[in-house]
This record gives sequence, structure tokens and C-alpha cells, in this order.
Amino acid sequence: MQTNTQKPGIGKVGTKIFRQQIFIPIAALLLLAIFNLIRDPSFYKITFGYNNLGDPVLSGSLINILDYGSELAILAIGMTLVTAASGGQDISVGAAMAISGSVVLRVLCGTNTRPETLQAPIIVAFLVSCVVAMLFGAFNGVLVAYFKIQPMVATLILFTAGRSIAAWINNNELPIISDPSFGYWGGFIPGIPIPTPFFIAVACMIIIALVLRFTNLGLYTQAVGINESSSKLNGLNPAFIKFLSFVILGLCVAVTGFIKVSRFSTINYSVIAKDIEMDAILAVALGGNPLGGGKFNISASIIGAYVIQFLTTTLYALKVPSDALPAYKAVVVIILVVLSTPIVREWLNNLWKKMKSKQIKEVA
Amino acid sequence: MLIRTFVPRFFIKIKGVNTLVKDKSVLEMRNIHKSFPGVRALQGVDFTLCEGEIHALMGENGAGKSTLIKVLTGVYGKDEGQIFLKGTDNEVSIHSPQDAQRLGISTVYQEITLCPNLSVAENMYIGRTEGIGQNWKKMNRDADKILQSLDIPAKSTQQLASCSIAVQQMVAIARAVDMDCKVLILDEPTSSLDEQEVAKLFKLMRELKAKGVGIIFVTHFLDQVYEVCDKITVLRDGQLVGEYEIKELPRVQLVSKMLGKDLDDMSDIRSESATYDKEDASTLVFEANELVSDAGIKPFDFYIKKGEVNGFTGLLGSGRSECVRAIFGADRVLGGTVKKNGKTVKITKPLDAMKNGIAYLPEDRKVDGIVGDLSVRENIILALQVLKGFFKPFSKAETYKFAEEYIKLLGIKTASADTPIKSLSGGNQQKAILARWLLMNPEYLILDEPTRGIDVGTKVDIQKLVLKLASEGMSVTFISSETDEMLRTCSRLIVMRDRKVVGELSGDDLSQNKIMSTIAGGGRE
Amino acid sequence: MKRFKTKLLSVVLAATMVISLAACGNTGDAPASSSGSDGPIKVGIINNDPNESGYRTANDRDMHEMFTAENGYDASFAYSNDNDKQIEAAQKFVQDGVDYILLSAAGTAGWDSVLKDAQDAGIKVILFDRTIDASEDLYEASIVSDMAKEGQTAVDWLKGQNLSEYNIIHLQGVMGTAAQQGRTAAVDAAVASDGWNIVTQQTAEWNAEKAQQIVQSVIDSGESFNVIYAENDDMAKGAVAALDKANISHGVGKDVIIIGFDCNKWALEELLNQNWNYDGQCNPFQASYIDSIIKTIESGGTVAEKTVIMDEKGFDATTITAEDVEKYGI
Repeated sequence: MQTNTQKPGIGKVGTKIFRQQIFIPIAALLLLAIFNLIRDPSFYKITFGYNNLGDPVLSGSLINILDYGSELAILAIGMTLVTAASGGQDISVGAAMAISGSVVLRVLCGTNTRPETLQAPIIVAFLVSCVVAMLFGAFNGVLVAYFKIQPMVATLILFTAGRSIAAWINNNELPIISDPSFGYWGGFIPGIPIPTPFFIAVACMIIIALVLRFTNLGLYTQAVGINESSSKLNGLNPAFIKFLSFVILGLCVAVTGFIKVSRFSTINYSVIAKDIEMDAILAVALGGNPLGGGKFNISASIIGAYVIQFLTTTLYALKVPSDALPAYKAVVVIILVVLSTPIVREWLNNLWKKMKSKQIKEVA
Repeated sequence: MLIRTFVPRFFIKIKGVNTLVKDKSVLEMRNIHKSFPGVRALQGVDFTLCEGEIHALMGENGAGKSTLIKVLTGVYGKDEGQIFLKGTDNEVSIHSPQDAQRLGISTVYQEITLCPNLSVAENMYIGRTEGIGQNWKKMNRDADKILQSLDIPAKSTQQLASCSIAVQQMVAIARAVDMDCKVLILDEPTSSLDEQEVAKLFKLMRELKAKGVGIIFVTHFLDQVYEVCDKITVLRDGQLVGEYEIKELPRVQLVSKMLGKDLDDMSDIRSESATYDKEDASTLVFEANELVSDAGIKPFDFYIKKGEVNGFTGLLGSGRSECVRAIFGADRVLGGTVKKNGKTVKITKPLDAMKNGIAYLPEDRKVDGIVGDLSVRENIILALQVLKGFFKPFSKAETYKFAEEYIKLLGIKTASADTPIKSLSGGNQQKAILARWLLMNPEYLILDEPTRGIDVGTKVDIQKLVLKLASEGMSVTFISSETDEMLRTCSRLIVMRDRKVVGELSGDDLSQNKIMSTIAGGGRE
Repeated sequence: MKRFKTKLLSVVLAATMVISLAACGNTGDAPASSSGSDGPIKVGIINNDPNESGYRTANDRDMHEMFTAENGYDASFAYSNDNDKQIEAAQKFVQDGVDYILLSAAGTAGWDSVLKDAQDAGIKVILFDRTIDASEDLYEASIVSDMAKEGQTAVDWLKGQNLSEYNIIHLQGVMGTAAQQGRTAAVDAAVASDGWNIVTQQTAEWNAEKAQQIVQSVIDSGESFNVIYAENDDMAKGAVAALDKANISHGVGKDVIIIGFDCNKWALEELLNQNWNYDGQCNPFQASYIDSIIKTIESGGTVAEKTVIMDEKGFDATTITAEDVEKYGI
């Protein structure tokens, strides 16, 4: 039965809004925003000041959200593509970030863990880490695409071994970089009061938007994710598309790993980017993307990522007792994810229509 | 749909006329209405089923057959109307498939809904054992008894997956029968069966009929309707057209009632179209020598001329599809040489074939054809886009232009170009896939079962289109399980048996009898 | 095909494990197995993953440096953060017939039966760093840090600063860990007894970035504070980064007192530069204690105390020396 051949005029606008994939993350964002507005309007206060080095900085909760949410947003881009193409998730991104961050430090420090000067230009270190992270992405990609191992199982390998590899890259030492220019990438560039990670995230968003606009990555990825067999008969190479999505995620991992090590100019192998894969997957889910693959909407995932950070910052501002923090987060996440399922959205849709028709009846 | 009001399990309404009208009827549905947002799927439909009767429910896709079935089996709630069953004095309320089953209404669907990794007996008794304990021996014994009584060639302890599709289908029926059903609904049960299997199924249906079971039979195959049914109820656009005795309704009339218009005599479509008769008509567009793939076919030779329509025929599983898949590079090609317009080319994957102007509409629309969640537009442009390249996407405007052009040209019924293709009816999905390949403007088009599981109107459209394309110079290979369709469209038939080409028929040899005898072993060896 | 895949997967898994083991055994000594009572003393060492933290890295390095052939040992190492895997490793050591099992258990439960086996086989067990829920008879000694004492030392130091008021941001470790519980208990007690004000008490899960976010949110809310009590150095660093960003001064004689734990070398340097005020030690160097206990047992002596609590210091920025940094930094 075709249910949407012709929609009745009543509630058409509402229906449309509820059907939009991007509705859920935006609704969640608004909900959190309104909650904070009622709770404490000063949450939105942004102050302009100077840090201890005398450089101008903006501070306030919103700035924090932009700052810390950006890494997650970048990861969400890659995770969305992997999810869409392979119908599974990469759980090794946190470990892979430890590796790529470790590589950055290794290149910058050379053999000395506490160098006075950088041993290589920052851009070189970054590019090397990109290559390494893409190689590890390719490793995952080969396992998933060519050996047809379930993504979660395939990436479990790197998830388990990644942090040890990261530590091994620097001989278990903790390199610390004293050159302040390295800290700009995870902090502030002197003279610019907005945190750099936000600019990096925007750059990534622009790049992915251009890629989606000027290539067929979106169409191919969705086609492969929805129907691999059919894609193959249309001349696509599904294995390669899946492989590619993991390599792209590898690139995203390199960028976020770079930001992470830049934040403190050092690394803690066991703690850095811990559990970030779960947040990244959650961002994809919050964006309303089916976790079984197929259609995707990267903008929705990106908003989903900022929603997660919004939630974290709100909980910190609420000073939720520490033992209860994960529980609160879990409850909110459950609500958001349930809201984003098609079943509930359909239900909301019907509810909206009923309300509308009732109104009309009352008017008449 | 989601929030179903709670209804007590044995809730029975009493209201107005509350008995069966006829003595012999087991089921009467009266004045059934059902609407979905934007669609009035059923508008006052009546349906009556008698004891020991096989009753065909006919209609084009979208006529309301499946909605009616789903109302009857409790999948959908009805908006209005009444349902009466033999044995219950009053109107019955069916709110869930469990209700329906309890009332003796069983359904066997086109897709097997059993568990392939369980045994036959387990499948027959799953979900209806009482208590926790289970007497396995008794269960197997009972199952064997039923299988034997229905002459189903399966053992109770056999794993279901090891049975053929037809036997699995029969096991599903046996399960339904054993549940003491009064009404058995068979929804497209024959679409994945070959002729022998269909014959077995029909035998089973007749046996059940003799036992007094009323059977509702939903199918697209007209032949089968006339072979096995007693009555026909025709629906169109959610309304009842009428109920007919099979003897009173010749085929042509049935089709015209389903379509709601007088049909041009279908056997005439061939003569309507001009054949391609330019001087290059003898050019070999495609040629294969000793071509063989990993799908288990014997090496075969093949050619097609410009503007020619040929076809592969043979029983299901004889290797028809495997041959064309080898031509397209859809299976792994193991050997043989291939020439395109006289030049040797290498085709190892579908993209190679596409680059050589070959298009392939696969046999299984759902699995190999549509990309379900993508829009009609994206589905239509997919192949051409892939051919054009990863870094050269069409602009949105171009894709809309292409899609809308073909939606109009092929008469694809869709709300818009952006509707997900999965929400279209089977026939319209098939047209969209056809549009995908036509958009590529291929020199050589392979159509593998393009008419399976779609409504009669679309079938005719597609056959006409094939002939029109050929008359314009396109070479087409056409495969269909319905031989008369092939006879109408193809000028040359390659006959297959046991994964091997066993003969070739053309000209005066093109007849049902000749095909049958060639398949059976009368032809060239 | 499927079997092939399974095989391949196991090969890949095995390969990655080798890599990770190679990553762990960075000193690269491959202990040869030798038996006989006159030869080196065979010890099987079960530890947590050395990458878990700087503390663990230092601890593992200390073990590697002590239990060498030169010192008369033949050591095998097994690493896991998973209690079950550790128990398996212990079983293997029992089968191999080592003389001593040195154990830093990932979990407290489930050790009874394997330790009983060890005892029956005449293998002596020494616990280090972590205790377990098992009868004291099953092991010779337990060398541990007293986390509560570490916390108490730090809180006593803080009391000694005689501030006019105490407004504390308390950054906790992963909830439920021994270090978190011990270090939190001392603060909670002081809050109750001395009327200190806790501005916020939240877990940053040993993570610098989370600590930074928590401190930032306090700064954004405009509340005032003058002490940051972070239960490890990483979190203290994160907190300091937030202060630096808001241009709030910290360290000796400044607006905010910074307290950290674990004595990472870089943290002690911060003390030396007077950017932080106090760092509590969590001594990872148990190897020498173990060595002396083994020597005692081998020479026929008995161990006086089952539970050995290690000496742990607290460093004050005003008194710390460069030698301290070198000697105690990990």
C-alpha cells in the first residue's frame, strides 16, 4: 500500500517536520537549551577576557560546548560513513586516536621525550599521523570489507591492542612538548578568542560537504549500505566503498587525535579519548541514522555530537553528584534514542495529526 | 496502528444481522472499509468463501488484495464492516494474527516465515506446544502422520533448510492445516516454485479442498487460477468488481475486469510493432564463445544481432539466469571469449559490461534490483551515474530531469521522484529499474524475468516496450517463466536443460509444443 | 570458507597479541626457563597492563630492573587488567613450577583456588600494590600503599596552610577504585570536622580533559574557590589548564592551591616551578621490598609482618628539591 501518495492538507507541515531525520537532534538541542534557560540563564553568558599569556579568549558554557563537541563532531562524520556503508560501527576509534596522537608526539619529539625544540614541523607530524591512522583504518576496512568480519568484531582487535601500540610507539615514555605553538591547535591561536578545535571542525565539515557535493560518495555509500547485491550489479564495488569509509574514518581519527594531544601537549595512553567511540556511535544514533546502515545524514550526526557535549556540560553545570553522573547521562540518552526511533516518530506524527484535526473540529 | 486499544481476548460483538447468510459458507466479510493516510484501501468490499472451495482473489497491485487479507488475519484493524465465521453465531472481532489463528484462519505467505534451521516437525509445532515439557517422539510421529496424509515428501526430523522451497511451502501449509483451520489463505505461494512443484502444491490444495477447507488463493499467474480455482473475486482500486464462477469468466474478461478497461488482445502485441529491418540487422552486437562462470553452468556459445529479441527458456534452475549473469559479469567468469560488435572485449565485472553498453535487469527485483531506501530518482540514475564516474556527479536538477522524464515515459506510479522506491508496488518498482537501464541507453539489454510478480497491465507494457526498443535497434535478451510471453516477444529462443544449452528455436519452430519437447529432450543434443 | 575466516581471524588476533606483548616487554629480556634448586630463583610476575597509567609503567619498569639474571632471578611476566586472565596466568605459572608468584591482582575475588594450588605445589605468593579477598595463609606477604594515609597526609598538609577559608574543587578518580576511595575519605572527613566548603565534588575519571571541563564549568558559574584537590596529576593538570585560560593565578602564594597525586616527574617539576603546591606520592617501587622478603624466605627466615605498608611522601612546593624530582619522579 502506498501510504504517502497524497497527504491530506491538515498537519502537512507538522508531518513533514516529524519525518525529517534532522528533527530529533535539533529537538534534543532545543530541549536542552530551554532547560538551561529556565534553570539558569547565566549558562549562556559569554565573557571576553585574557588568559594567563595575555591572549584574548572567550569563555562560557557555549564556548566549551563548541570546543569539546568539535572533536566528537569530526569523529561523527567518519562514523556516520562507516555505519552507512558497513552497517556496523568502529569501536576502535579511541584506541586509534591514542595511536595517532602518540605518532604526532613521536615525530615532534624524536628520541628525546622532553625536547627543548620541536624535532620536526608540526604539519609533518600531523601528516605522518594521518597516514598512520589511515593505515589502521585500512586494516579495519580490509577485515570488514574483504574478509567480511562483523565491524564490531573486526575493530575489537584494534580496540584491544591500540593503546599498547600507542605506548610502544613512544617506548612507554610520556613525551611532553614545551613549544607553545603546538598547544594552539587544541587551545587558542594568539589573537583569536574562539577555540581552534571549532575552526578545525568547521573545516572538516566544509571538506565533507564539498566531497559529498562533488563526488558520489553519498550515493555510493548509501546504495552499498542498503543493498550490496544490487549495488554490485550496478557496477559498484561494495567492498571498496566499505574499505574507503574506514579509511576516511581513519583520517577523522587523525584530526581528533591531533587536537587531543595538542590540548595538553602530552598524552596519557590509557585515558586519552577513553570511551569516545561510544559517544561517536551515539552521535550517529542521535542523528537518526539507522545503525544497520543505509541512508545517512551527516549534518544530523554533527548536531548529535554537539548535543552530547551540551548534555555533558549541562550535567557539569548542574554539579550532579559524581557517582550519579553516568546514570543521569544514560537516562537522557535513552530518552533521546527512543525518541529518535521510527516507531516513536510515527506515533508523534499521528498524535500531531490528531491534535490538528481536533483543533479544526473545535473551530468548526 | 501503534497503540492498539486493549481488547479482551474473547470479545465478541452482537449487532444487526449476525449470522452467516449462506449455509455452505465458512467465511463472510461484509462491507469492509479500511483507510490509510491518503489512501482508501478498501471501500465496502464483500467477500464470501464456501466450504471446500478454492477461491482466487484477483486484482492488480494496489487493488486491495493484501489489505483485505491483512484485515482478515488481524494484521490491520478494519474501519468498518463485519466478519462472520462458520461455527460462531455472531460477528467475530479479529485484532491480531493470534486471534485469527485461534478462529481457524491460517495464512501461508509468499516468503517462507518458518525457521530454516529447525526440523520440519519443530516448525510444524513451534509456538503451540502446551507447557514446558515436550514429547519429541510423539511430536515427530504426529508430524510424520500429517506429512504422509498430505503426501508431502519430507521427514519430520529433517532440517527445514534441506527441503526445497516448494516442500518448505507445503510444510507451512501442513502446519496451518494441522491447526484445524477452516480458512486457508495462500498468498502468492507459487512465485518461487517450478512447474512440477506447482503441480504438487495444487494436488495438496485439492486434497484440502476435499476435506472441506476453504482456500483463498492470491496469485498473479492466470494459468494457475484457471487450473485450480472454483471461483474468482476481483478487486480494483479498493472496490469489489464482482464474484464469478470460473467457468463463466474467460481469461480476457478477467484481465479486462482487473484492469478496468477492454484489453487489446494480448496475443496481438507482436504484430503491432514494426521489426527492425535496417541493413545492419545482421551485425552481431554481442558474441560469446565457450563462456563459463562459477555459477555451475556448462560453457555455452551465444550471439545476438542488432535489433533482435532473443531469450533463454527452460525450467526454473535450468541455468537461464546464470547464462545472462555470465554475460554481464555478475558471476565470476571462469573462461571463454566475448566479442562486442566484432571486437574482443574483457568482461569480468558488471562495470565492464556497462562500459560496453550492456545492461542487465536482474531476476530478483528485491534482492538484486532495487535499492529500497533510496528514492525513485536515485534508483533511476544509479547505473548511469556509476558509469559516469565517482568524481562526476550529476547535478540535482539533471537527476530530476532524468527521473521525471522516465517516470512519465514508462508511466511509473509514484507520489514523487523523491518517494523511496520500496513504497512503490512491484510493477512500478520494476519499471523504475527498467528506467535505470534505459537511461544508460544500452546497445544490448538483458531482461531476466522482468514480468515476475507484477500486475498484468505492467506485464503487457513491458512486453510492448521490449518490442518497441528492438524496432529502434536495441538488442534485447528476454527471459520469462511464462512461455507465452516469450513466444510473443522473442524471435529466437535458446533452450536450456540442466545448466546446459540444449537447443535453439526460431521461425516456425517457435511454439509451446516445440519448446516443451526440446526441454524434455527432443531437440538437438 | 567460513572455517578459513575463523582461522584467519584467530591468526590476526594472535598476531595482535604478540604485538601488544612485544609492546609491553620493552626491556626485551626473554627469560629462559631453567629448573633446579641451585639455579636462579624462578618468579612469575602477574601485573596489570603497564600502559594503564604512569604509576603502572614505573611499577613495571621497577620490577623489570629488579628481577634480572644478574640479581639471581629468572622472571616471567604476564599482564592483564582482566581478573580471569590473571587467574589463568597464575595457573600457568603453577604448572610451570615457578618458585614465587608475584601478584598485583586486577580484582579482589576468585583467587582462593588457584592460590591453594600454588600452596600445594610449594609455590610462595607475594602480593604487591593490590590486596585480595583470600585467607592470609595463602600468601607470604602483601606490599601495599595506604591510599587513605596518602589522602590524610595531603589533607593534613592543607590544614597546615591555615587558610582563612577553604573552598575546594574536588576532582575524583574513577569511582570505586581504592585510590579514589582512600583519597576522597580524607577530604570528606575534613569537610565534616573543619567545616570546609566543597564547591564541587565530581569524578573526572583520572582524565585531564574532563577535569578541565569541570573546573571550567565552575569558573563559568562565577563561584569562587581557592583549592583544587585532584586525586591524580593528570586531573590537576587539566584543572590548571582551565585556570590558565581564565587567567586565575595558582601555585605558591597565588590565588588557588593545587594538589595532585602520584608524583609524575612532570608534576614534581610543576612543584619545583611553584605552579602547584603539593603532590602526594603513591609509591610504585615495590620491587626492593619484595626482593628483601624473598631473600629472607630463601635464607630460612620468616616474614615478620604479613602486610607491609610502603613509605610514601608528600612534597611541598616550598621545600621540594631538584634531587627529589629525579629520585621520586616516575
